[in-house]
Amino acid sequence: MYLSRPARWCLRIWCALVLVVLYAPIVYVARLSVNTAKNFAWPPSGFTLTWWQRAYHEPGPRLALLHSAQTGLWAAGIALVLGTLAAFALTRHSFFGRTPISLAVVLPIALPGIVTAIALLSAFQRLGIDLSLETLVVAHATFCVVIVYNNVAARLRRLAPSLEEASADLGGDPFQTFRFVTFPMMRSALLAGGLLAFALSFDEIIVTTFTAAPSYKTLPLWFADNFSRPNAIPVVNVVATFVVLASTIPVYLAQRISDGAATFSAETRG
Amino acid sequence: MQTDLESGTAPPARAMSAISVRSVTKRFGAVTAVNDVSLDVMAGEFFALLGPSGSGKTTMLRMIAGFELPTSGTILLDGADVTKRPPFERDVNTVFQDYALFPHMTVAKNIEYGLRVKKVAKAERARRVTEALATVRLAEYGDRRPHQLSGGQRQRVALARALVNRPRVLLLDEPLGALDLKLREEMQVELKTIQREVGITFLFVTHDQSEALSMSDRIAVFNGGRIEQVATPGELYEQPATEFVAGFVGTSNLLRGDDAANLLGERATFAIRPERMRLLRPDDVAAPDEIAVDAVIGGVQYLGHATRVRLTTASGAALAVDLPNDGRGHAARSGAPGTSVRIAFGRDHALRLADPNAAHPTVSSPSGREP
Repeated sequence: MYLSRPARWCLRIWCALVLVVLYAPIVYVARLSVNTAKNFAWPPSGFTLTWWQRAYHEPGPRLALLHSAQTGLWAAGIALVLGTLAAFALTRHSFFGRTPISLAVVLPIALPGIVTAIALLSAFQRLGIDLSLETLVVAHATFCVVIVYNNVAARLRRLAPSLEEASADLGGDPFQTFRFVTFPMMRSALLAGGLLAFALSFDEIIVTTFTAAPSYKTLPLWFADNFSRPNAIPVVNVVATFVVLASTIPVYLAQRISDGAATFSAETRG
Repeated sequence: MQTDLESGTAPPARAMSAISVRSVTKRFGAVTAVNDVSLDVMAGEFFALLGPSGSGKTTMLRMIAGFELPTSGTILLDGADVTKRPPFERDVNTVFQDYALFPHMTVAKNIEYGLRVKKVAKAERARRVTEALATVRLAEYGDRRPHQLSGGQRQRVALARALVNRPRVLLLDEPLGALDLKLREEMQVELKTIQREVGITFLFVTHDQSEALSMSDRIAVFNGGRIEQVATPGELYEQPATEFVAGFVGTSNLLRGDDAANLLGERATFAIRPERMRLLRPDDVAAPDEIAVDAVIGGVQYLGHATRVRLTTASGAALAVDLPNDGRGHAARSGAPGTSVRIAFGRDHALRLADPNAAHPTVSSPSGREP
């Protein structure tokens, strides 16, 4: 596409502005995590690792991180199994009620979190189930399933049906066809879906507030509790910075995998 | 009963059939894709299913491969009923139209796949893969991925992947459709050579009549889910049984009704190939065994090896006459549009076609041969 010189410069500046707006607050928090002052004051007054040490020795953030990871892994695991099964059923077979069911599978992601949260809470209370890790995982799985389902269903739709036919034609029984052809072709979609589901669960706060046991603090809950306490602010900054740094790893991996997925589909079509 | 139209060269013994299709019908909802088709393919034959898209030829192939279940009828491979067997329990292999190479495997792994799932020993597998790669002249390409190959190379990998299993029958679904013309002609020769080398029965689906004519031992022409004629390429061209075959395989002039009655003395439909007609020069007279007719030139088309002159007779029949561009200048003398000319053709070259309104089983073969 041809763009005039001024137009190109305008777009460059606009692009830079957007990136600044997106990343400046994160850089700000990161810088404050090593600031000598305890408040959000700017410009920063000096450099110290005191807050990082304090955060490392405090049990609260570490436990919260552990809880979030635990919840995320369970929710993503359940979502992987259910989402994949649903994707196979809904893309490979036609049966009575397929359209309403596929809508029902996808809907939870569109529902406001507060509605899901209150509905689940009242259901748990009605059934006499105490809030626990299990109730939290079930709650998170409702929307994590959608992520996995969408990823896997999209891959299945792109997968040329002739590949599985070719496997059968060459003598592969249904199990061999799944193991050697279907699963390897879906692996990247499963990984990407699982990572996204984990990420979604990891920073979920509304549903978590209503469905976690009161003593079970996930990271977002811990943030919410400590954000308003002046004494805890430096530690909040440290934990936030740590989470940002740690989350680049799965994001980087997911991007590489989905790049792989893109070439994959190109090969399938070629 | 379509097999009644088979040529005299077809061995009659059913026991020898590599593939035997008996009254197979396939319906998809309200659509009948294949309508009561019977067909016998002999062991070692290069057999083509020829027809326009939607004529049922691919559905027929997919039923033989096991991807589709016939609504009724039976399919036998080497005399054994396989109608309800899944694809992985049939001794046939398919070369797919889109090749269907596994993108996550190397070329060698693709070719090895059939042997691997059948648990052939590793050393044997390696030996046969090397052999198959050599057969399709891709010995150096074993470590490549499918997307690193050209269309023609992928085609050959697909062929090697199927042939390495030494199937009884190889099914090819428009395997050359995705290649450009030059490559296609090369692959036609190559496919035919490989088929002769391995001696496996090839069942080949194509909509390209020249491809079918140039490669096949016999051809079944499909139209509307039925077989119109089964014959050798020569017979198909020289003696088309039906109007559809006469028009689909090559070009034909059709004379019918009053025209046929006046010129040929019979109220039926006749086909005459354009190259079997000639333009009479003013001082020329038709030979005693020829039929002559007056016509006006409507247009002239240059085809390369011939020049096609389009004419209209006094009674309104449209005709085409091909004049060979053999350097003797016939074509140059054909005349401009609007010129009145006289054309002639041998009585023997007018082929009487089956009446399309007659019920199928009573269609008589043009050679007059009855079972």
